[in-house]
Amino acid sequence: MKGTNLGEFEELVLLTIAALVSNAYSVGICDELERQSGRAVKLGVVHAVLNRLEEKGLAKSKLGEATQARGGKRKRYYTITSAGKAALLKSKEVRDQLWNMIPELSIKRI
Amino acid sequence: MKVKNTRPPQWATRLLAWYCKSELLEDLEGDLFECFHRNLKIKSVWMSKLIYTLDVVKFFRLYTIRKPEFINLLINWIMIGSYIKTSGRSLVRNKLFSVINIAGLSISMAVGLLMIGVLLDTFSYDKFHENHKYIYRVISRYQFLDHKDNDFNATTSLLAAKSIKETFAGINEVAILRRGFEGDAHFGEKTIPLAGLWSNGDFFRVFSFLLLQGNPANALNAPFSVVLTEKSANKLFGNTRALGNVIKLGDRQYTVTGIVKDVPKFSHIQFDMLASLSSREITEKDNNNEMAWDDVWNTYAYVLLPKDAHFKTFQDNLNKLAKREDPKVKNTHIELKLQPMDDIVNGDNLNNQIGPTMGFTLLWIFGGLAIVVLLSACFNYTNLSIARSLRRSREVGIRKVIGANKTHVLEQFLIEAIMLSLVSLVAAFIIFLIFKPYFLSVHPDLQRVLVLDLSPKLIICFILFAVFVGISAGLFPALFFSNINAVHVLKNIASVKLFQKVTLRKVLIVFQYCISLMLITGTLVLFKQYKHFLTFDLGFSTENILNIDLQGVKAELVIKELTELPEVKGISQSALISSVGNYWGVDVKNPNNPEDSAGVYFNRVDENYIPLHGHVLLAGTNFSPRPDSAKESEIIVNQQVLKRFHLAQQDPAKAVGEILKVEGKLLTIIGVMKDFQYGKANNKTSKEVILRYKSHGLNYLNVKILSLDLPATIAKIQAIWKKIDPVHPYQAKFYDDQIEDAFQGLAASIKMAGSLAFLAICISSMGLLGMVVFTTETRLKEISIRKVLGAGEGGLLYLLSRSFVLLLGISILISMPITYIFFDKILLPNIANHAPLSLMEGLAGTLAVMIIAVLMISLQTLKVTRTNPAEILKNE
Repeated sequence: MKGTNLGEFEELVLLTIAALVSNAYSVGICDELERQSGRAVKLGVVHAVLNRLEEKGLAKSKLGEATQARGGKRKRYYTITSAGKAALLKSKEVRDQLWNMIPELSIKRI
Repeated sequence: MKVKNTRPPQWATRLLAWYCKSELLEDLEGDLFECFHRNLKIKSVWMSKLIYTLDVVKFFRLYTIRKPEFINLLINWIMIGSYIKTSGRSLVRNKLFSVINIAGLSISMAVGLLMIGVLLDTFSYDKFHENHKYIYRVISRYQFLDHKDNDFNATTSLLAAKSIKETFAGINEVAILRRGFEGDAHFGEKTIPLAGLWSNGDFFRVFSFLLLQGNPANALNAPFSVVLTEKSANKLFGNTRALGNVIKLGDRQYTVTGIVKDVPKFSHIQFDMLASLSSREITEKDNNNEMAWDDVWNTYAYVLLPKDAHFKTFQDNLNKLAKREDPKVKNTHIELKLQPMDDIVNGDNLNNQIGPTMGFTLLWIFGGLAIVVLLSACFNYTNLSIARSLRRSREVGIRKVIGANKTHVLEQFLIEAIMLSLVSLVAAFIIFLIFKPYFLSVHPDLQRVLVLDLSPKLIICFILFAVFVGISAGLFPALFFSNINAVHVLKNIASVKLFQKVTLRKVLIVFQYCISLMLITGTLVLFKQYKHFLTFDLGFSTENILNIDLQGVKAELVIKELTELPEVKGISQSALISSVGNYWGVDVKNPNNPEDSAGVYFNRVDENYIPLHGHVLLAGTNFSPRPDSAKESEIIVNQQVLKRFHLAQQDPAKAVGEILKVEGKLLTIIGVMKDFQYGKANNKTSKEVILRYKSHGLNYLNVKILSLDLPATIAKIQAIWKKIDPVHPYQAKFYDDQIEDAFQGLAASIKMAGSLAFLAICISSMGLLGMVVFTTETRLKEISIRKVLGAGEGGLLYLLSRSFVLLLGISILISMPITYIFFDKILLPNIANHAPLSLMEGLAGTLAVMIIAVLMISLQTLKVTRTNPAEILKNE
């Protein structure tokens, strides 16, 4: 069912929003993702994902203060909604269950 | 510091603002700005700018694009109606303004329409060939020792054409055309003169001429087969079956193997019939010249390149071919090149074209002039619109207060300009229709190449053209109005710097007048050259000589009948008519230096030629009558020949009796005549000429006529011709008329340049009139006050016209030197025997233009200075 399932990148972005708490705006999220995952993250892609998350109701946004660094433009801060939280928890749960199913021995042998 | 001051590229930001949804815009702009500054710290400025721009483009995604709002579209639509209405009203209200603009635009647009017609026509040539993109013509350039021809020939040698077909890898289809297949076709009782080409079997494979009857694969294979066009077949055979019939041409029989659909007008190859090239292998078996490498004057080769062929490889092969064959002919190099079929009619100017072409120099020159005249008319609109901005700016102010933004005002004024140009288009179209026949009759080649028929394509082009003209005329005023500040305009009209564009307007006026002056002076200079060449002293007399083209008829028959006419004072015969651009050359060996030889022009004449034309014999005697069967032994040379070969210290008397080797024959000089103009007077050709004797089978009769009633005499001669040869139309012209015909090209240029000059003068005069009217009107109050305070009429006249007269002076100072340099340094040095430039032409043209301009200025200002100041000031 489309709309509630999280894509891999969506999940990462949503987690970053939750982790950054009060500084979750597009460029900040981009930086954090780059730092954590070590891979180059395109701003355009993050934007598209943020837009989609908001459409799905998993995140919401509000405009902040204007700053000099952004040429007098305001930042758009994202926060996670309860639906977002539920989605994150659900996907974590699925993963945990799968992890638990793996016998300790078999993973050590690889 | 530098980092702080650098800003991202503005246009990219604007692009983002244009396409992006307003609710997303601020966020995106901020993000990009932040990234840009981050990049500045680690990367170069231009790199950061590039990344910024790329990011702007990358953000162009479905979710960011602004959706057009229905309401905006609706408002736009409604407003367009309103704009049309208000524009119409304003056009009607300002009658002078509208009349000046419509008149100027319509006459200049008529010129533009003609140009569009010409371009469309020339670009539609040869497009009916299915493979026109892949057909190339092999063209060649002849070089003897160091003497290289300027232009390529459209022709090449038969040898080259055949080598390409037989030896070039991957080239299978080469249509070889050879000119000179013409004559009277006999079938039964009927005799029809037809002209055509020799061609090989590839003709129908390369070109898309439609064969109605016969087999395209082998119609032109067998010797002595002929393919007729539908029209010529109908003439010869009527409604009976044509295929398989045998027609007689000259002393050969040709079998009709095909009927081809009539050649379309837009084909640069025109013919009545085609004969198989293989026939020539039989008829010209003993002609060594047929397959000569340096006979590059008669054969056309059209190659169908395979779609994947490499142009460069082909050119390399051509060069290799030239390298291989060059040594076979001493001191000669033939350069071969490919010319795309699509470039033939409007491409480079080549010699020996198969049919009339336009040549791109001519197209460029007249296209350029047409655009200049058009610009001149557009400038009128620009100038006058800004000049009367005083009236319109209040309207713009109110519109802006009510809620119009820049785009709306811009749109309104553009629509106004386009409306005006569409109205002008209607007038221009009528002018176009009226002047089309005159334009085509300016030069016979124009008539042959162009049709200028109306087609939907042409009409669409016209309308697009009108819209384009409207936009280019109206863009500047529209920008000017859209930038007007509403508050300033409504608060105090005087505070708006309405005349801040004064410099620009002055520049435009100076430009218009420069163009007018250059065109009129140029026309006068050309006209003087033309007159000069028509009255040029050729060194012999052409007066009252009628040259009759014999067209193969026996001269004796005509001479016998003509001598019975009392008006005929003398008759001579010649092989060609000199001084009108015909040239026959022959190789002559220098008797003093066996290594040296030179090409010398010659003419074959009978014994009456020299006295009839009044050539001056400096020494020796004229030819004496002699049967043609006797071996050729005598020539008459001119002084230049003595000079060229250093004969007898150039003393004519001593040169008589010297022997020259001409074409391998030893000929004795029996007479030396004064130099005369053999070639066209404006051609830079060598001047060595020899006359050779012949009394039978020459091409022209030169008939000296002394008659009081010329038309009656001509009618008598015509009747005689009809009696002797009922098949061929009578073709005779007076020598002086032929010389005039030879300068037809120049005459045509003068007519075209003259009409453009006239238009340019009209347009700039009208523009100036408009400007004077508007500026004097705006200064009406000032003038009234000056009058009340005691200013005299003369003083006011000076005050008002000073600036305009100054502008005219500046245009003279700019245009005269340019015209002088153009003619004196560029154009005239290329024309031999040209008349020297004189101050007269410059002065006459300038004076005429200036008188018109000054008359207009003074009349208008006089009108204003004569107004009663009380009338104007009482309403304050």
